[in-house]
Amino acid sequence: MKTLVWVEHDNAVMKDATLAVVTAAGKLGEVHALVAGKGCGAVAEQVAKVAGVATVHVADDASLEHGLAENVAPLVAKLMESHDAFLAPATTTGKNIAPRVAALLDVMQISDILSVEGPKTFTRPIYAGNAIATVESSDAKLVITVRGTAFDKAATEGGSAAIEAVGGASDAGLSTFLSAEIAKSERPELTSAKIIVSGGRALGSGEKFEEVITPLADKLGAGIGASRAAVDAGYVPNDYQVGQTGKIVAPEVYVAVGISGAIQHLAGMKDSKTIIAINKDEDAPIFQVADIGLVADLFTAVPELTGKL
Amino acid sequence: MKILVPVKRVIDYNVKPRVKADGTGVDLANVKMSMNPFDEIAVEEALRIKEAGKAEEVVAVSVGPAKAQETLRTALAMGADRAILIETDETVEPLAVAKLLAKVAAEENPGLILLGKQAIDDDSNQTGQMLAALLGWGQATFANTVSVEGDSVTVAREIDGGLQTVKLNTPAIVTTDLRLNEPRYASLPNIMKAKKKPLDTKTPGDYGVDIAPRLTTLKVTEPPVRSAGIKVADVDALVGKLKEMGVGE
Repeated sequence: MKTLVWVEHDNAVMKDATLAVVTAAGKLGEVHALVAGKGCGAVAEQVAKVAGVATVHVADDASLEHGLAENVAPLVAKLMESHDAFLAPATTTGKNIAPRVAALLDVMQISDILSVEGPKTFTRPIYAGNAIATVESSDAKLVITVRGTAFDKAATEGGSAAIEAVGGASDAGLSTFLSAEIAKSERPELTSAKIIVSGGRALGSGEKFEEVITPLADKLGAGIGASRAAVDAGYVPNDYQVGQTGKIVAPEVYVAVGISGAIQHLAGMKDSKTIIAINKDEDAPIFQVADIGLVADLFTAVPELTGKL
Repeated sequence: MKILVPVKRVIDYNVKPRVKADGTGVDLANVKMSMNPFDEIAVEEALRIKEAGKAEEVVAVSVGPAKAQETLRTALAMGADRAILIETDETVEPLAVAKLLAKVAAEENPGLILLGKQAIDDDSNQTGQMLAALLGWGQATFANTVSVEGDSVTVAREIDGGLQTVKLNTPAIVTTDLRLNEPRYASLPNIMKAKKKPLDTKTPGDYGVDIAPRLTTLKVTEPPVRSAGIKVADVDALVGKLKEMGVGE
């Protein structure tokens, strides 16, 4: 089987999310990659070195600069004439593009796969991860999004793929990119952080969130996450949200501070290796999944913890 | 302009789903069902656009069993003008739903179709994007803010790392994220009024769409269970545990 992997990037650097997709694609067959963007030659060079990638297709065109699905999907659909499976990371970019490709190919997409069980058989979470479905596709081609935390990352060195230019990109004339506000942060990205400190509604305000959570995260070199309640209350920006509809994370250590543990939140973090919960409500559901729990008032316990580490 | 809002009847947000003992699916017998939360946000946004004088009519549509009428009545009670139920007891996958909605769009000619970004049962996150592809329209997924101006719609999208703003020519597809708005509750008088609003019932056959599933579910299982660990007495004990793990050294 010949697979086509969507490379996530910002026209300069390949994003880590790509690497798990390469691993998933490798379980299906030969791995080809697509770098679609503008002035994205450096990204193609990086992808060519990823272990297991056979060919890197590069589509370099102004219409592809911002990854607009209207312009990208026809290009991918055309390339799929000579590939059997399209795989993208289950990031906001992948989720935006893949279904548009699937519909153009008249294929039912398989979203957010956790494992490859056979050439057409996969597992995927449903109901916020409260159930795992094993599904088999009857379509001639496959369109898949991949949960990054479920597959090992391919090595970024060791490959020597051929780089081939792909033409035919054009502006579909349906949509225009206006602007992007991307938060700049020195912190590790949530989806690749080894340690995450997450705060919930119990923090009470954006100021308290900053005052209590940030020093602990700084001390641990951790990424910062939040529950939906904390995001909805405006304590932190939306891209901090961990959960069913936010980011899915699986760090070595996840510290949940003042998070009760709604099923939608657990769906986003329960594959973390060690879960630590600090909450003053000893009956909070978070303690049912926590490896280490501390029943305490977070406003005293967290600063004390930060001080003693 | 007319706005079409597809809505889905799903397990209620607050109910913990249970996998059936025979591994064929999730037990939905005697479980509270509600409108998919993201679809409620879509209905709300459509109503706000109408209330701002930028749309004349809001039409809710659902694909599902006869009971999905209740979901449509909820949309009508919130303020939608009329509803269409495409009734079937079969499992309808996002691709087939998108094909049915494309047929409805061809009949109704909406300027905007507002959908939830994903349904909280199958968590597919596909229907809006697929519908946009089938109609050849622009798509703005994961909307955080939506503003309609003349024959275009500007949408700020929630993306990994922040927000991206795009402008689409209408007709267009917008899928909603959590923070787009806070849906209203239907008042009792509006719930009564909704009972008299028009609700058409159709079948997938009326639209000539083949809804046969492409995926076969071989089994549904419980996820690996995480068991509760230990509770420590105080911060010092927690520090000790963290140091054992090599954290915070």
